[in-house]
Amino acid sequence: MNATDHAPDDLAAALLQGYQPPSGVADELLQPDGRVRPVWQPLIDLLAGQTPDELAQRFARGDQHLHDTGVYYRQHSSGGSTLRDWPLSHIPVMIAAEEWQRLSEGLIQRADLLEHVMADLYGPGDLVADGLLPAELVARNPEWLRPIVGMRPRSGHFLHFLAFEVGRSPDGSWLVLGDRTQAPSGSGFALENRMATTRVFPDLFPNANVRRLAGFFRAFRDAMNGLRGESASRVAILTPGQHTDTYFEHAYIARYLGFLLLECEDLKAEQGRLTVRTIDGPQPVSVLWRRLDSRFADPLELDESSALGTPGMVAALRAQELTMLNCLGSGVLEARAMMAFLPRICERLTGQPLKIPNIATWWCGQTAERGFVYDNLQRMMIGRALSTDLPFEVDALTALGGDFRGSAQKPIGDWLETDGANLVGQEAVTLSTTPAMIGTDLVPRPALIRVFLARTPEGWTVMPGGYARIGRTEDPTALSMKNGGSVADVWVVSDAPVIAESLSLRQDGPFVRRLPGVLPSRAADNLYWLGRYVERAEARVRELRAYHLRLEEVGHREMPLIDHLERYLEGFGVDPDEPVPMAVLELFDAAQGCAGKVRDRFSTDGWHALTDLAFTARGMFNRVRPGDEAARRMTELLRKLAGFAGLVHDNMFRFAGWRFLTMGRALERADQMLSALAALTDPAAPPGSLDVAIEVGDSVMTHRRRYPMASGCNTVIDLLALDADNPRSVLFQLDVLREQEAMLTRTREGGAMSDLARRILLVHTDLSVAAPDAMTPARLLETRGAIRDISVALTARYLS
Amino acid sequence: MATDYDIRLEITYSYEAPAGSSRTLLRMLPLSNAVQQLISGRVSTDPDPDFRRDGADFFGNATSEIAHDRPLTEIAFRFAGRVRRSGGMPGLDLSTDLGRLGEEIAAIRGIGPQVPHHFLGASERIRHEPRIAAFAGALVAPDMSALAATRAIAHELHERFEFDPEATEVTTPPIAAFEARRGVCQDISHVTIAALRAVGIPAGYVSGFLRTRPPPGQPRLEGADAMHAWVRAWCGAETGWIEIDPTNDLLVGTDHVAVAIGRDYADVAPVRGSLRSEGTHTTSHKVDVIPCAGRSG
Repeated sequence: MNATDHAPDDLAAALLQGYQPPSGVADELLQPDGRVRPVWQPLIDLLAGQTPDELAQRFARGDQHLHDTGVYYRQHSSGGSTLRDWPLSHIPVMIAAEEWQRLSEGLIQRADLLEHVMADLYGPGDLVADGLLPAELVARNPEWLRPIVGMRPRSGHFLHFLAFEVGRSPDGSWLVLGDRTQAPSGSGFALENRMATTRVFPDLFPNANVRRLAGFFRAFRDAMNGLRGESASRVAILTPGQHTDTYFEHAYIARYLGFLLLECEDLKAEQGRLTVRTIDGPQPVSVLWRRLDSRFADPLELDESSALGTPGMVAALRAQELTMLNCLGSGVLEARAMMAFLPRICERLTGQPLKIPNIATWWCGQTAERGFVYDNLQRMMIGRALSTDLPFEVDALTALGGDFRGSAQKPIGDWLETDGANLVGQEAVTLSTTPAMIGTDLVPRPALIRVFLARTPEGWTVMPGGYARIGRTEDPTALSMKNGGSVADVWVVSDAPVIAESLSLRQDGPFVRRLPGVLPSRAADNLYWLGRYVERAEARVRELRAYHLRLEEVGHREMPLIDHLERYLEGFGVDPDEPVPMAVLELFDAAQGCAGKVRDRFSTDGWHALTDLAFTARGMFNRVRPGDEAARRMTELLRKLAGFAGLVHDNMFRFAGWRFLTMGRALERADQMLSALAALTDPAAPPGSLDVAIEVGDSVMTHRRRYPMASGCNTVIDLLALDADNPRSVLFQLDVLREQEAMLTRTREGGAMSDLARRILLVHTDLSVAAPDAMTPARLLETRGAIRDISVALTARYLS
Repeated sequence: MATDYDIRLEITYSYEAPAGSSRTLLRMLPLSNAVQQLISGRVSTDPDPDFRRDGADFFGNATSEIAHDRPLTEIAFRFAGRVRRSGGMPGLDLSTDLGRLGEEIAAIRGIGPQVPHHFLGASERIRHEPRIAAFAGALVAPDMSALAATRAIAHELHERFEFDPEATEVTTPPIAAFEARRGVCQDISHVTIAALRAVGIPAGYVSGFLRTRPPPGQPRLEGADAMHAWVRAWCGAETGWIEIDPTNDLLVGTDHVAVAIGRDYADVAPVRGSLRSEGTHTTSHKVDVIPCAGRSG
């Protein structure tokens, strides 16, 4: 090898100079003798040859990717919840393929063991009867769901998708710290970490023999499709909705795998099947990848207060009408205390010890174990037995090394004695460290890796890579993101070149165009209202701009037109004394709320544009003076609104969802225009009202050109209500509604005209033949009523 | 000694605005076990459902899953049937001392519906409440028998509570009723269960019917009875489950007919439903428990 392929050794030495893992822990980068592990060498060589600026540019590329994709997570705290940027640690964790193989074999053994335990806990109960598991740990576990007892899953298995939290102990061996069986998250984030990290190291990644992730997802997707049974049914991902911390991942992975993203309210348990409400009526769903905690899934048989559930879901599972991944009740396996018993259960059931041990755990409900924990307090973490948190996720009621984390409590000995059955002791292991770049320094930080396993017809398959969490400091309790930790990609590196896979297999044979998917009614409803709210906000902003321009002209409010406009705005809940009124901010929030519920169907650019709008408007609140400044700010908002409209119009695929968004905008625009015209063309309206109407209708130039002589009521109404060529006119909106309704109906049964189509056509015809002078304020308001009836009919037909 | 009862239960929901499609889980069919037997009768709904599936839940209670696909303004759920209730004479108190109850519980290896383990920890409606625990702890001692302790706790709560249907609702938490010292049988039963669990006695909830006797010289009013609730407690391996009625401060006898057992009301609610309705709704209960002539004694 040519010496110039390597960075000079002194550069590498400089890079590693400050890298000092704490004594007594294993390190991913350095061998015990202090030499760099071979699997890291190419990355270290590359890093060593970078200037700080070059490195910063690389990291910025990764961050830009995350920003463009819109990766975020929701952080809950006492003050509400906020969306946070994704905290990527740009240095991947490198693991050699042979080592990964041994880890995988151990985790597959554990996955099989957990399947066996779950089948027993919801079946014969032999583990308890044989004394391998204390009855009260099962009976008191809130995740052991009695309605599931006796259930036989349709697929033959309770568990299909698992994650394990693994760490490396000081002697270098792997250790399982947590079983994630309820609804493991992170596999989608792992994909995003990979995409971002390959942008940081585009020169290194392609030739570094890093195993690809796509094959894992393809195998799992195919496995899910294979579980459908009757082929006409669908696979869907069940999410608790946008307020859950990992909603981004749900939307992302639904898009990646091409599955529907559903919430419980989309679903209905019907006689003998589960269906999703769509704009084309109910459609069968037979496989659900559940990302919602079990107890919320069915208010009839599980948590009665759950607003998220689908009534009858448990019964549908019991009747084997669907396959759920994982089956309800799988959270029972996550309790910390289970780890105290799994090693023995494994030996008893398989005759083999666990290939990868789990963290040593003692349940303090047993006298001898309690005594052992008490005698070894210095190397124990003591916490709640049925908690599903990781050992390091400490709360106030956790004792570490003999001291409570929270405020003073009674002596630990008393605590163990009186509350032992609710407590476990877990060995306070020290996790291995891995490199993180802090500023310009490479420093060791504790790491924990989440590894994902999916069941396929051929057995468990392990994602070759994972989702690593990197501590903010050397303290392992600072691993979680809410404590400032970050996340990193995991590269499993082979000696030989790997196959560059993608999600789709090579297309052999003739090209087949996939049929468009179904559109759930709830998604259509949110897109429709997104359109309406944005348009409504635009109407208010235009009116406010006209108002503030007049205010600037006259300098005071003693003017009939100003009064008239104020009363009009107040009719919509707008307080004209607020230059950027709260009522307008709320409309932007409402629009963003709708878009947030359909992130899987809404472009990232559109989302960014909307977020920017809401953010900009909020930033103006209470900071803008009435008159000229307010008018200029309104112009700024209108420009951003036009940008959003442009994205929607030019960049969105014309799928059914786009049609609902478009119909929402058209209907709202017609509604707002009719309202404004009725108020401003009234013979009793103060002088100047017609000019405001033309301004609000964004038709100043056109009006001047078409009616150069004089403006009057008729010219205004002609242009803004009846002119089919003016994109602001009411008739134009009816054209849009007619066209879109026809496109939606295209695929539905022909024949009779729907109530909705008839209503649209009636108003359309009415306006097409109307003369301007016939459109009195009363007639305009009557037409407005007819427009609202169209919305009711549309809702009844498609959205409910 | 056995008594036959003709029992009718009707629970009606009326909606201001028609309620859309609904799904309901009913637990209205009386239990059949060692001391009572369902001779005849069934659960029905009016109007007839579009879907119905009968089954049993974890604790062995009969369930009917009901679905209506059309909007309804009124729906009635009914049980009508005959139950034979038998009962033995209360025997000697052979129950375990409170101080040894824990060992006997721990020795039971099983997670089947009858084991006491289900009835010690928190359940959906009953959390650990330190104030109730302190109240109960002051009434018992380790050398008391579990049965004596149960009776003492039930008696003290009976004394403490004033029966008051206006004071609480079906969703009132036990601690609120305990502090208010008022409530109905559901509240007193929930508080009793919380108190029993706090001193280590496994305790569960029983829904059912109680034969009521009209005041002397007055006729029995039709439909004037209500569903009742009481408590079951596990008093050791020898004694097993006993049932006690804290509302009336007595051990359960042949006047009581059980419908469902569970950890608390959430497990046994006669109607658990999901009715999507815009407006308000009203509920009415009608219960008749009529001993059959000539069969008593």
